[in-house]
Amino acid sequence: MKISTFGYSMKQGVKNIGRNKMFSIASVATMSACIFLFGLFYAIVINFNYIVEKAEEGVAITVFFEEDATDTQKTQIGEELAKADGVLDVNYVSAEEAWDNFQGNYFGESADLAEGFKNDNPLGNSDNYEVYMADVSKQADVVEFAESLNGVRKIRKSDVVAKTLTSVNRLVGYVSVAIVAILLAVSIFLISNTVTMGITVRREEIAIMKYIGAKDGFVRAPFVFEGLLIGIIGAVIPLVLLYFMYEKAIQYVMTKFSLLNNIIDFLPVASVYRTLLPVGIALGVGIGFVGSFFTIRKHLRV
Amino acid sequence: MIELKEVTKEYSKGIAALNGINLKIAQGEFVFIVGDSGSGKSTLIRLIMKELDPTSGTIVVNGQNLNRMKHRKIPMYRRGIGVVFQDFRLLKDRNIYENIAFAQRVTETSSRIIKKKVPAALSLVGLAQKYKAYPKELSGGEQQRVAIARAIVNEPAILLADEPTGNLDPTNSWEIMKLLEEANDRGTTVLVVTHNQEIVNEMKKRVVTMKKGVIVSDEKKGGYNNEN
Ligand SMILES: Nc1ncnc2c1ncn2[C@@H]1O[C@H](COP(=O)(O)OP(=O)(O)OP(=O)(O)O)[C@@H](O)[C@H]1O
Ligand SMILES: [Mg+2]
Repeated sequence: MKISTFGYSMKQGVKNIGRNKMFSIASVATMSACIFLFGLFYAIVINFNYIVEKAEEGVAITVFFEEDATDTQKTQIGEELAKADGVLDVNYVSAEEAWDNFQGNYFGESADLAEGFKNDNPLGNSDNYEVYMADVSKQADVVEFAESLNGVRKIRKSDVVAKTLTSVNRLVGYVSVAIVAILLAVSIFLISNTVTMGITVRREEIAIMKYIGAKDGFVRAPFVFEGLLIGIIGAVIPLVLLYFMYEKAIQYVMTKFSLLNNIIDFLPVASVYRTLLPVGIALGVGIGFVGSFFTIRKHLRV
Repeated sequence: MIELKEVTKEYSKGIAALNGINLKIAQGEFVFIVGDSGSGKSTLIRLIMKELDPTSGTIVVNGQNLNRMKHRKIPMYRRGIGVVFQDFRLLKDRNIYENIAFAQRVTETSSRIIKKKVPAALSLVGLAQKYKAYPKELSGGEQQRVAIARAIVNEPAILLADEPTGNLDPTNSWEIMKLLEEANDRGTTVLVVTHNQEIVNEMKKRVVTMKKGVIVSDEKKGGYNNEN
């Protein structure tokens, strides 16, 4: 296609949108809603994932030893655990370290309160392994495996946290995929309608074009541009909107629920948009193209 | 130039709009096609345009067998043919200049050439002054002249006109016929479907008369034959 033809087709595409404003606006609006929700879910899911990931790093199984466990036994347990499926890291905590941590957690600033216990470590027998999971869903297996090892006395684990995190994460994923899929279908349908409308309105012009010897591509191009344009506008509007809303929302959550500050950490908008921007635009372009191209193939037998 | 051999066209099975037509038109000829309503004149034009395919028989134009022409070759083929209709078929939302430029945009002519050719075509039909007007601001005769300008701007080898004067008064009809004759003088093969007896009788061109899908007479320098 020549550049002048390309320019002409684009101009006609823009004119098409102007000619059936109501349909175009409806299409852009639905597209916007679709991509907005997509962006919203994406932001929620990716943040949730991020939070879960962070939380998972903290989720650990603590493995305590029998009183008479030997050092060799302890080393062996460590090695076995490190090899287990889903385990990220195994960390040996000596009795002294365990006590130090305990002090830090419980006495905090007023460390002198703990002075009294100084020479008589109440956790003398509490050296242990902290087992960090790479994959929380494997936690139950690892616990079972650890229990079967010689020299293991007891295991402390945060079952509920692990299970909830995994299932919520999965649920949010499914729901968002379903909603976005429905919206995609609606958007394609509406763009398809808009383009059909444009074709109907311009039947006569199309007939004349064909008499004069227009190639199929020339007849179709303005409609494809129309669809693409609706798609792109319908993507840019929600992406811009979401960009500003995202920051505001995080600020709001952080100030309203300052409690969460310590536990939860949100992704910065830039890192969300590194993926969301290209995917959102691609979605817009894709929906616009699919919605118009196949409609034209169906209604514009040239 | 245009040759039809045993061409039959049935829109619905068993009812032939054209029935075994044989017709040969040489390059540079001017031919009137006349006949009753429903005798198949428009069908003939549409077959030559390759808007329709014959049910049987062959059509050869410019050495190309239309039956075997691939779909994607049709646009290039049509660029060699200009068409004019009874109802003008101008684009109402564009001015005269744009209407003619449109015919060239469609054929992907460069803007530089469009700027030269559109005014030339408009002055050929005597409408050089009105290039800014919209179709509704023109009389029927003027609109048909614009349609002719659009048909000839790409300098087609063949010009097909289906009742080009059907909506016009005698004066305008004559002007249109003169324009078609001028195009013929420049070397274009012209095929005109018409009901206008006076013009056909006066111009003394070849006249093909059709009736119920068959050619009943074909005369050089003929006249409008009512008896058929
Ligand atoms: N699209 C169509 N579908 C079915 N039948 C058609 C179609 N077009 C034309 N016909 C029939 O074919 C026959 C020839 O029609 P055609 O339009 O060629 O006649 P015509 O000679 O141009 O008539 P007129 O002088 O009224 O324009 C008619 O009987 C008409 O009813
Ligand atoms: Mg007719």
